Amino acid sequence: MSNKLFITCDEATTICTKNQYKEASFWEKIRLNIHLLTCKICGLYSKQNTKLSEVCDKHLLKKDCDYKLSEKDKEVLKKKLAEADK
Amino acid sequence: MSENQQHTLDPNKWIDLHSDYLFNYTITRVDNEELAKDIVQETFFSGLKAMQNFRGQAAERTWLISILKRKIIDHYRKINSNKGKAEVRINFYEEGGRKGSWIEERVPRTWDNEAEKDIENVELKQTLEKCIQNLPEKYRTVFLLKNVQQYETEEICNELGITASNLWVIIHRARQQLRKCMEDNWFAK
Repeated sequence: MSNKLFITCDEATTICTKNQYKEASFWEKIRLNIHLLTCKICGLYSKQNTKLSEVCDKHLLKKDCDYKLSEKDKEVLKKKLAEADK
Repeated sequence: MSENQQHTLDPNKWIDLHSDYLFNYTITRVDNEELAKDIVQETFFSGLKAMQNFRGQAAERTWLISILKRKIIDHYRKINSNKGKAEVRINFYEEGGRKGSWIEERVPRTWDNEAEKDIENVELKQTLEKCIQNLPEKYRTVFLLKNVQQYETEEICNELGITASNLWVIIHRARQQLRKCMEDNWFAK
């Protein structure tokens, strides 16, 4: 992205998305904030984009679990691996 | 040998030492027990075949996980091919004096406050999943790798052979489409 201070809505919303993953650079955030001062539409988009992240985190992220393979599964796997190693 | 610790591989102990860890890692990402078992098995097989490439720089488990991650990406590619041929709709003018500005009819609408509050709703989850299914293949794959698998940007770029700016354009478009779909089907329907 170029070094200009004023950016388009397309560029602003791209930075907004990067920022959802905490990967926007310092200057990108400055440019985004300058843009948001004057653009209500991107302000609304930005708010909704954050909401979208919230919904995705809530419903898509897997919780920590403690799954284990059964001893039987492990035996089968050991046999197969030993055969493959021959 | 140098002072740095040199790691070694011992396939005879792989199952006892690592199979639970790899299985747990996989099942939380593919959501299917049988499939997770298969992927873990393939990972060990690939590990055996690739043993001569092991340089001893990473710990055994780290090395196996890197193979496993590639297997999971392959799986994602497979399930995501041939589905969702839908085009991504453009939200911004692509040329002319208004290049980069919002196209009027694609401007976000205000969302219903009540719908916004109800984030735990099961139907909301279903709507979200449906909207993700409707994304074109490439967009869905990258979005899921980033959001569900939480792969690093660099990992996705390396595996899919795209640049970082490419990746952000894809995620930006995927999320625009997702936002619009969620707006139409949930937040402002």
